[in-house]
Amino acid sequence: MNRRRRRRLTVFKTGVYVVLGLFFLLPLAAMVEFATRGVGISSPRTLSAFTSIGSDPELVDAITASLELAVITSVAMLALLLPTMIWVRLRLPRMVRPVELVCLTPLTIPAIVLVVGFAPIYRWIEINVSDSILTLAFAYLILVLPYSYRALDAGLSAVDIRTLSEAARSLGAGWGTVMWRVIVPNMSSAVTNACLLCVAVVLGEFTVANLLNFENLQVAISILGTGNASVSIALAVLSLVFVFVFLLVLSFLARSLSRRRRTARA
Amino acid sequence: MSGLDNRPIGAARGGTRTAAEVRLEELSRQYGSTVALDGLSLTIQAGELVALLGPSGCGKTTALRLVAGLEDADGGRVVVDGRDVTHLPPNRRDTGMVFQAYSLFPHMTARENVAFGLRMRKVGAEERRRRAGEMLELVGLATQADRYAHQLSGGQQQRVALARALAIQPSVLLLDEPLSALDARVRSQLRDEIRRVQREVGITTLFVTHDQEEALAIADRVGVMRAGRLEQMGPPTSIYSQPATPFVAEFVGLTNRLPGMVTGGAVDVRGIRLPLIAPDTPDGPAVALVRPEAVSLAPTAESSNGPLSGTVIAVSFLGAVSRLTVDLGDTQVLVQIPTAEAAAHPGGSRVRIALRQDPVLITRDGGPERR
Repeated sequence: MNRRRRRRLTVFKTGVYVVLGLFFLLPLAAMVEFATRGVGISSPRTLSAFTSIGSDPELVDAITASLELAVITSVAMLALLLPTMIWVRLRLPRMVRPVELVCLTPLTIPAIVLVVGFAPIYRWIEINVSDSILTLAFAYLILVLPYSYRALDAGLSAVDIRTLSEAARSLGAGWGTVMWRVIVPNMSSAVTNACLLCVAVVLGEFTVANLLNFENLQVAISILGTGNASVSIALAVLSLVFVFVFLLVLSFLARSLSRRRRTARA
Repeated sequence: MSGLDNRPIGAARGGTRTAAEVRLEELSRQYGSTVALDGLSLTIQAGELVALLGPSGCGKTTALRLVAGLEDADGGRVVVDGRDVTHLPPNRRDTGMVFQAYSLFPHMTARENVAFGLRMRKVGAEERRRRAGEMLELVGLATQADRYAHQLSGGQQQRVALARALAIQPSVLLLDEPLSALDARVRSQLRDEIRRVQREVGITTLFVTHDQEEALAIADRVGVMRAGRLEQMGPPTSIYSQPATPFVAEFVGLTNRLPGMVTGGAVDVRGIRLPLIAPDTPDGPAVALVRPEAVSLAPTAESSNGPLSGTVIAVSFLGAVSRLTVDLGDTQVLVQIPTAEAAAHPGGSRVRIALRQDPVLITRDGGPERR
């Protein structure tokens, strides 16, 4: 009886995995199939679409810019959100809700509407500060706020930061030490998650960059798509694979960290 | 019992510093409209262990947090070793604190936890390791030095927390209900352990608890608090046997309320004359507060229907002693007697009570304020 139920569960689980796997892998496989097609109908498979990515300087620029933006946005997000969220929780508990509201708001506003607001500001930035694509980091910082907030929030609520900080304070630690040596090390997986979401959002962003006339990875893919479809698809495959590998590496890092010291929970 | 004698001050294993006197002067603190502390004044002698005891919300924890600097006083001063520290932040106060529970840094081993305060004080790595090892040995955890908090039991975690607080050789040790999250057996073990370590190090200590048994067992002096004020301060024995107010009498230990009549410095309760703790009390009707262990059962049980006769309506077995509830008709009395003796009086049996000639406290208020 029990064994039959377990077997049925196994069948069900396998079924779900297969269906979901197909759902994700089929488009990927189709993309790979398309990107490796030769020129003629019967010509052999070729990797030329993939190899030509590196030889297109404009494309390389777009990829570099997107990667740089991902790093800058992640760092800026951590520098802005972590201290703020910790400080608010410790010293201004009444502000927790308002801060949460502010951080989650970008989620409710479509990117295209945000751009309407961004445009004049970026015109000013372009003239007075810089016309570099890296200035997009400001806009992206706002876009990633909701996701990062949620990730960090989960990490913060899992630790009794009040008691830990009071213990550290009474032992002679200043506020900086409390944050970086006591609280942050206990929410490393939340920080990893926040960064991961941040990178994924930035690498996948199209609307804002396109409408503000910046050429990031997604814009480059779309421009290419109008001229050379197979290179554009090849690039799309690579960016998907990159994010996937990045995710694996990060979660592996987080796990090996937490294996070294598994956090005790109340 | 004052505890200041026979203490090996300076025999401290980790401490070369002499113990400091701590003075709380007219401390007050409000949260919105709630008064947490209402002009609390209290002096803790150098090397003394004072327990602050009281119901929740009486301000005892607030007092401790003000000494630690974790909260700001609205008025008054905290003076440690002659130095006014009222406006210093906690990291510059030189206090060691043990919290209720779960205050160890989860990402550090026991040793790293203990060494944390030393690192903050820029003590060299070698010296840190040595001192952390010493402190862990002091609390009996030398073999667990490389374990993380989640690998330690609750009692062990609190020992590490104690070692961590003491490692920085603070001038004051603050204990905020450190035993309340532990189970009964570990609690009494660790209580004795804390007392041993405190004596060994000779550190001035403030211990906050709502458990009267704990306070009486561990402290040199106990301060009973109520509504932000100190109700009574004294050695455990005098708190118990000579409560200054009805509140103290009823908070510390169980108490029978027996109506009586005060005449000429004594009180008549059901035909028995009991001496008063405060003999200059004016005459008149009053309620005498009588401890259950001051009530016994007279041997001639079957007799009569006098004011001292009643029926046993409940028996609770407490180990060596048992507590009987006796219904006297117009009131009920708790009687605490040796279990062997109680066996002769099962529920329903008729008994006759006797009152020991201990000085009692009387009250003229309406009813119990806490039960």
